[in-house]
Amino acid sequence: MSDRRVVITGIGIVSPLAFGREATWERLIEGKSGAGRIDTFDPEDMPCKIAFQVPWKTGRGGGEGDPHAFDPEAFVSSKEMRRIDEFILYAIAAADEAVEDSGWRPEDEEGQERTGVLIGSGIGGLESIYQTAITLHENGPRKVSPFFIPSALINLASGQVSIRHKFKGPNHSVVTACATGAHAIGDSARLIKYGDADVMLAGGSEAVIGRIGIAGFCAAKAMSTNFNDTPEKASRPYDKDRDGFVMGEGAAILVLEEYEHAKARGAKIYAEVSGYGLTGDAYHITAPAEGAEGGYRAMKMALKHSGIDPTEIDYVNAHGTSTPKGDEGEAGAVERAFGDHAKNMSMSSTKSAVGHLLGAAGAIESAFCALAIRDQVMPPTLNLDNPSFETVLDLIPHKAKKGRVRAAMSNSFGFGGTNASLVLTEVK
Amino acid sequence: MSDVLERVKKIVVENLDVDGDKVVESASFIDDLGADSLDLVELVMAFEEEFNIEIPDDVQESIRTVGDAVTHIKAHI
Repeated sequence: MSDRRVVITGIGIVSPLAFGREATWERLIEGKSGAGRIDTFDPEDMPCKIAFQVPWKTGRGGGEGDPHAFDPEAFVSSKEMRRIDEFILYAIAAADEAVEDSGWRPEDEEGQERTGVLIGSGIGGLESIYQTAITLHENGPRKVSPFFIPSALINLASGQVSIRHKFKGPNHSVVTACATGAHAIGDSARLIKYGDADVMLAGGSEAVIGRIGIAGFCAAKAMSTNFNDTPEKASRPYDKDRDGFVMGEGAAILVLEEYEHAKARGAKIYAEVSGYGLTGDAYHITAPAEGAEGGYRAMKMALKHSGIDPTEIDYVNAHGTSTPKGDEGEAGAVERAFGDHAKNMSMSSTKSAVGHLLGAAGAIESAFCALAIRDQVMPPTLNLDNPSFETVLDLIPHKAKKGRVRAAMSNSFGFGGTNASLVLTEVK
Repeated sequence: MSDVLERVKKIVVENLDVDGDKVVESASFIDDLGADSLDLVELVMAFEEEFNIEIPDDVQESIRTVGDAVTHIKAHI
């Protein structure tokens, strides 16, 4: 691999805690939860009736009167909105914020050609597919919108963002379930390292809190069902009462940039993307391998590529979905990967506060790692009242923790047995 | 039947997000009102819905201006 280094120079977030990077981060550190009863449809017949919805200015997701609520009309016209699935809408908004944050707006052809976009999604336009299937069934093919396919295709998030900002470099997408966001960032960093681009917008977006999405994950027995009356208590990674994940939605986009390129234009730098590891379990379609063996190897690979001493990792943002099996396996794999150093480390699952953003999870959690490095503070694991197992790791229960964060690791594991780990490092 | 133009205008304004003043009979959907081929398909679907008619594919291709649409609709409702 070349000696080109890759740094983060911009971050954009649309999350269940707020619209915007700083508001989301502030609320995360304050220990707020974005959970509530689903209000985009009547969830009464669903085993799981709760989710982490993005608060909208229109009131949806509890956003009425919320100063940090998301206002789609600030980004797209009502005409455009009818033609894009919400996962594309969230990607557009997060990308706008990331670009603005980075200050990178190339006007010249060369700058535009050296800037690419790689935004993934776990499931893409699932709700558009569902709604169109109903239209097709009830009214026939002449009533199917010409915008149906381009609103549902996963790579159209990258496509729409590239058109909006005239970024003509690599235009790509990732689909690896809940590891999507992490793979998007890791692969983008490699495109920059390889010299195919100097700047990449990388991340993930997801919006499947609809009847079909919720019903599907419920059928797979993956979701929490014991906390429908106390939504904020439902996502409780590592706790003995955890009973499944709680779905989130939103998008996170990072501006990744070649280090010298960023330095030359005096860009603000959050952290370096120094390590990336990716593996497969080859084990089961939904269950993680015993002892998170695939995750363990992804972590080891990411550490190796980063070139840092593993004892520099002070914080791990865990995959930690709040499912009975996954959480313990991952914690054990982290202990094994870091050995003696594990007792000095902190690890939290921010899914306790924002839910599981599926294809956007790895992206928002990497963003949290970058912000942890910037502010030297680590977000908490909410609802961790009674850990179900013993560990030497500090799981940061309930309250954020101030402390030295020299480097951080973000883990993401997905259905199909796909694993990705990223190492983010303070830039000295 | 003069309200056909008004109803067509309303649909065009909503679908293409354009100023009502620009939606005159001589205006070309693509050259003057910024539509692309997908917009045209959606527009025709909206006309079909509004006037409860069916506009066959070969006719759709000949509808280029607001006036074309009005003429066709008037002939078929």
